[in-house]
Amino acid sequence: MSPTAIWTMYLFEMKRFFRSLVQSLISPVISTSLYFVVFGAAIGRNIQEMDGIPYGAFIVPGLVMLSVMTQAVSNGSFGIYFPKFMGTVYEQLSAPVSFLEIVIAYAGAAASKALLIGVMILATSTFFVDLHIQHPLMAAAFLVLTCISFSLMGFIIGIWAESFEQLQLVPLLIITPLVFLGGSFYSVSMLPGVWHTISLFNPVVYLVSGFRWAFFGTAEVPVGLSLLAIAAFTGLCLLVIWRIFQTGWRIRQ
Amino acid sequence: MPIVSVQDVTKTYASGFQALKGVNLEIDEGEILALLGPNGAGKTTLISSICGITRPSSGRILVGGHDVVTQYRQARRLIGLVPQELNLEPFAPVGPGVAFSRGLFGLRRDPARVEAVLRQLSLWEKRNARMRELSGGMKRRVLIAKALAHEPRVLFLDEPTAGVDVELRRDMWKVVAELKRQGVTIILTTHYIEEAEAIADRIGVIADGQILLVEEKAQLMARMGRKNLSVHLREPVAAIPAALAGYELELCNGGRTLIYSYDTKSDGTGITRLLSDLQAAGLSLRDLETRQSSLEDIFVDLVKERP
Repeated sequence: MSPTAIWTMYLFEMKRFFRSLVQSLISPVISTSLYFVVFGAAIGRNIQEMDGIPYGAFIVPGLVMLSVMTQAVSNGSFGIYFPKFMGTVYEQLSAPVSFLEIVIAYAGAAASKALLIGVMILATSTFFVDLHIQHPLMAAAFLVLTCISFSLMGFIIGIWAESFEQLQLVPLLIITPLVFLGGSFYSVSMLPGVWHTISLFNPVVYLVSGFRWAFFGTAEVPVGLSLLAIAAFTGLCLLVIWRIFQTGWRIRQ
Repeated sequence: MPIVSVQDVTKTYASGFQALKGVNLEIDEGEILALLGPNGAGKTTLISSICGITRPSSGRILVGGHDVVTQYRQARRLIGLVPQELNLEPFAPVGPGVAFSRGLFGLRRDPARVEAVLRQLSLWEKRNARMRELSGGMKRRVLIAKALAHEPRVLFLDEPTAGVDVELRRDMWKVVAELKRQGVTIILTTHYIEEAEAIADRIGVIADGQILLVEEKAQLMARMGRKNLSVHLREPVAAIPAALAGYELELCNGGRTLIYSYDTKSDGTGITRLLSDLQAAGLSLRDLETRQSSLEDIFVDLVKERP
C-alpha cells in the first residue's frame, strides 16, 4: 500500500471538484432549495403530517439521500471513466499501485464530494424547516456508508462504460427511478398493497428509511434491516470490484 | 545482468489476435535500444506488457530482476513510460500534472525535482498552462516530463517523434542523449529509420509479433551495409558481356545501367579493375554513382524476406 499514491490520486480528483466548485456545490444546493419551495412550501402546505412529522421536515432525509446517491454514482463513474476515455489511465496502470489503491482513491474522492454535497443540502434545509436529528451518529453513519457504497457502484459503472451514453444510462434508467420510488418524498406505507410489496424490493427504501429513522426515530422498516441492506450492498459492490481487479476487465487487457 | 529481460513472451488479445509470438529480448543497463517495426508489428504491445498496461498471455518479464507481474511494485518503480498517444487530462495544469505523476509512484513531493524536469524539457514557462492550451509538441514534452518525474532507470518512449516537426525531433534527441549520460536505459520504438540510426546503440527489428534481430547498430550497418556502384552506359547492352562474368553485376534500366555491389570494409573493392575491364569490353560510360545501403534498405529487406 502506498499512502502517498492514494493521497495523490485522491487530491487530484478533489481538485477537479474544486476547479468547478460553483457547478459542483451550488447547483445541488439550488435544486434542493427548489424542491423545498415546491414540495415543502407550495404543495407541502396542503399535505397533512406524514408519520407524525411535518411534511417539510419529512422530506429532508429523502432529499439528502436523493442527492447523495445520484452525486456519488455520477462522481464515482465519471472519476474513473474520464481517465479511461482520455487515455490517461495508462499512468495509473503503469504505476506501482494496486487496483485496490486506485479504488480507494477514486471511490474515496467521489464519496467525499457526495458527502460534502449532502452536508451542504442538510445545511440549506435548515433555512426552510426546523430540524432536530435524534440519532446524529447513526445519521452520519448512514450518510457516510451511502456515499461509499454508491461511489463504489459508480466506480463499477465507470469501468463498465465504453461511451458517455452508457455512462449516463445506468444512473438514468436505474438509479433515478429507484431513488424516486424509494420513498424520498413519501412514506412507502402510503402505497396500495401490491405497490407496497414491490417497493420493498427497492434497496433505496431501506436506506431512506434508516436515514429518516436517525432523524425522527420512526422507520418504515426495522433499522437493523436498513443497516443490513447497506452492508450487503457495499459488500456486493466490493465483490464485483474484486472480480474486476482479478480479471482486469475493461481496464487492463 | 540485463536491466530488462523478456523471456518467451506471448500475447493473445481477447479478439484472438496474437500480437506477440514468443518474444525474447535482453536490454542492457545504460543503452539506447531502438525497436523498429511496421504498424501492427507488436511494438506497443511489447512495451505495454513490460510496463503493466497489458498482461502477457505467457512468458516472463523481469525489470531490474523483478518479475513485472508478481513483483510489479519493485519493477514499475524503475520504469518511466511515454505513450504514443498524447494522453493528457485537458484541464489539469502542467506543473501539478507532473507532480501528480511523481506522487503516483509513492514519492514525496519534491518541487525542486519537478522544476528540474520542467526546465530540462523547456516547459518551465508553461508550468501554469493547462494541457489543452499546449501544442502537440509541447504535449509530447509534458508526457516525457511526467515519465521522468519519478527518476526512472528505464525509460520507454513509444514513437516519441511521431507527428513532431524536425526541430522538436532534434530537441528530443538531445534530451535522450542527456538521459543516457545520466545512465538511464532508453527503449524507443519508431517508424523512422533515421531516428534509430541517429541515436540508438542497438537496433531490434520486430515484425509480426516476433523479434527478427537485435544487433549493435554499427555491426548491423557493417554486416549488411554494402555499397552499390551504378554504372550508367551510353549505349544499352542486351546482356552482361562475357568478359565481365567474374563480377557480381546486375543489369537493369533496360540494359542502360550496371549495378556493382561491393563491401566497403574489404581490402579491395575491385572498382579500379572493374572500370578498366569495362573499358576493355568496349563499353562507353555516361555516369557513375555510388550509394551506401541505409538501415532502411536493411529493414525493408528483413521485413520483406518474411513469408
